[in-house]
Amino acid sequence: MANLRHKALSVLSDNKVVVLFVVLCVGAIYVSGAPLTFVARELFTRIGRNGFMVLSLLIPILAGMGLNFGITIGAIAAQVAMFWVVYWGFGGINGLLLTVAIATPIAIFFGWLVGKLFNTMKGAEMIAGMILGYFADGLYQLFFLFIIGGVIPVQNETLIIRGGVGVKNTIDLTGNLKYALDTVSMLSLAKVAMWVLVAIVVVRLVLRVMGKLEGPITHDAAMGFAAILIYGLTNVPAVRSFMGTDRLLLLDGVVIALVAVAGFQLWKIVNNKIIRRDEGFSVRTPLAIIVLCVAGFLLTYVQPVREILVYVDIPVATYLCIVLLCVFNNMLLGTRLGQNMRTVGNSRVVANVAGINVDKTRIIAMILSTVLACWGQIIYLQNIGTFATYAAHTQVSLFAIAALLVGGASIQKATNSQAIIGVILFHTLFIVAPQAGTRLFRNAQLGEYFRVFVAYGVIAVSLAMHAWKSKPRPAVSGKVEDTPEI
Amino acid sequence: MREKLSAIYENLGLPRLIIITFFVVLLVAAVPLGLNVAGLLGDAVRRWAMYGVLVLAMVPGIESGINLNFGVSIGIVAGLLGSTIAIEMGMSNPWGSLAAAMLFGALVATPLGIGYGFLLNRVKGSEMTVSTYVGFSIVAFMNLVWLSLPFSSGTLIWPLGGKGLRNTISLSDSFGGVLNNFLSVTIGDPVNGAFIPTGLILFFMLMCVLLWLFMRSRTGVAMSAAGANPMFARASGIEVDRMRILGTTISTVLGAIGIITYSQSYGFLQLYNAPLMMGFHCVAAVLIGGATVKRARISHAIIGTFLFQGILAVALPVANKLLPGTNLADVMRIIISNGIILYALSKTKEGN
Repeated sequence: MANLRHKALSVLSDNKVVVLFVVLCVGAIYVSGAPLTFVARELFTRIGRNGFMVLSLLIPILAGMGLNFGITIGAIAAQVAMFWVVYWGFGGINGLLLTVAIATPIAIFFGWLVGKLFNTMKGAEMIAGMILGYFADGLYQLFFLFIIGGVIPVQNETLIIRGGVGVKNTIDLTGNLKYALDTVSMLSLAKVAMWVLVAIVVVRLVLRVMGKLEGPITHDAAMGFAAILIYGLTNVPAVRSFMGTDRLLLLDGVVIALVAVAGFQLWKIVNNKIIRRDEGFSVRTPLAIIVLCVAGFLLTYVQPVREILVYVDIPVATYLCIVLLCVFNNMLLGTRLGQNMRTVGNSRVVANVAGINVDKTRIIAMILSTVLACWGQIIYLQNIGTFATYAAHTQVSLFAIAALLVGGASIQKATNSQAIIGVILFHTLFIVAPQAGTRLFRNAQLGEYFRVFVAYGVIAVSLAMHAWKSKPRPAVSGKVEDTPEI
Repeated sequence: MREKLSAIYENLGLPRLIIITFFVVLLVAAVPLGLNVAGLLGDAVRRWAMYGVLVLAMVPGIESGINLNFGVSIGIVAGLLGSTIAIEMGMSNPWGSLAAAMLFGALVATPLGIGYGFLLNRVKGSEMTVSTYVGFSIVAFMNLVWLSLPFSSGTLIWPLGGKGLRNTISLSDSFGGVLNNFLSVTIGDPVNGAFIPTGLILFFMLMCVLLWLFMRSRTGVAMSAAGANPMFARASGIEVDRMRILGTTISTVLGAIGIITYSQSYGFLQLYNAPLMMGFHCVAAVLIGGATVKRARISHAIIGTFLFQGILAVALPVANKLLPGTNLADVMRIIISNGIILYALSKTKEGN
């Protein structure tokens, strides 16, 4: 019993930031009096909108470069590309893909530059990233206010300030890029998945014929079978009409997720107990998860929960992007590159001795983060539907980093789940704070200022805490030894 | 000759050279554009003295070893708080009002500075990263305070129904322009000539001299030693941590006094988010003057403020003539100030 209490206490103290914000969020929701359905709906919109950006912060943390305040630069790359796409008059998913196609090389180039710069000031990446963000904002303003129209001839009355020089304050994305990703139907996604599978199988078969690939063919057969299965399923009328929409009712989403999880655990049991007859395998955990899934399913029939689940729908394509990024972040850890990043993050000296090219690894981390942040900004803008030319990128790093930290991440360690939990908590606070301020103090402004204060404050506290504990410095010296380069 | 030039180049560094050239080019360009050069120079001088004390606040911080004090906004909000208290008291004598504002500002700034110094001692090696966000947080926190202060003076609160203090508070009934107008002269034409705010310049010089005297004192020298080489300083019996706290506190108090001199010259107090990026401008100015992340002299603050503010004072009308109705000068300020900070950081690694 004492042991259990000890355990519970240690879990609480390990997650004290999360616990604090859960309490704060619940209190703010209660005080604001906002209906839960409203909060849930807003929240799921905001997760889709901001989740990707927050997840783009994880790779530099792994590589020991701290919180990447330079994601502003990724956002800038996205906005430059988006302006031209809107100017040329493209729209819909094709316009969005074109934006990605233009923005990605720009982001790669910017990320490379940032990585180069950060390599000249190792250990000061965060302050450099902050200043770099402001500096890049200045160049961005120069480009959008004076070079577009001033140097590059541009003619468009809706986009350009009267007089022909400089871009207007806001660009309306309605009718071109608004909801371009959110409205991609599940059917299209399934088709894309099918063609990807087919392409992989064909490539592998060609390689096999050329004799460059060996081993059993069962993998390829399974993939081919999956492609055919998808094709068949999408042609069943009921499935077809269900998948023809772009939005998934949260209720359906939850049920599908529960069935999938339960099914996976069941397969695990069957695979380990019956097929492989693994003696050491314990059925307790999978069984517990299955029981939880059933409980979750029953919970969907509880009236208040059901009300929320029926009220909220999620844009499938956007959420799929977020899930894929989570998978990518996890898979990266298993690769050689990911391991190198982790080693570099732990100690640059050890990495150097182990023969890892530290500078190159760090540059790759920055490029990846910048590109992901760029895509994150595209997702954000297509969902919000208006592109505030001179403001959209300025608060990106503040809010993304604050969200990540609220989820319990630190400067050395951050996970996918911390990012997602952080987005949920931080944005719940954002949704209800003004109303809570109104109800508590008759002043909505107070609530708004409070949430901005929370954003700054949580970053300040975690930066200070990081510097506070991570310095077991020598007693005599006021200086911190920089890791010597070998 | 060639060696001499390259020595000058080494001393100045590329960005400073660019900035000086730029300043001269702007001044020269102002003539054919038909701008009033005397007026522009007068403006540059006024802005120089107006921002001077704020930039001066950087010097004790850097010298005591806390690097660039991005958290000077702590001192700034203390000064603003002191000013609002002074206005609330409703003193009619402008000098009394100014003195009260500075006294209250310094009183608020001192404990804040000491606490901030303690914090910075615990985060050695990442002072700049921490201080930037501590500065941001305190400005955000003060937003809540400005909204809820129970003041009743008519100049402070909204006239009808609104909550909290106003965004900009006029100083015409308290200490607005009191230093500027003291012994002021206008050189040349009374309308277009160069207005020289003698009192403001004298006050700035007084602050410089006081700081100079302090830096020359035993404590001041010990403080510089603690910043320059903590290990050596400790070996010679200097309490490094206490010196750092002292430097931080002086920096914070100077920030408070600096914002009050700034506001009296500007004529308004700017509350809420106005101080958010002010620390960056101060940092940029002292760096332009020749300071590094580790070393700064009073002359760096004086020269740097003049160059930085001079460029802005001249660039604004020039840019308006060239491209009317745009904020080219503002964009340029962002690029110059952050560019120079980035340059200085890349020259000196944090924690190195």
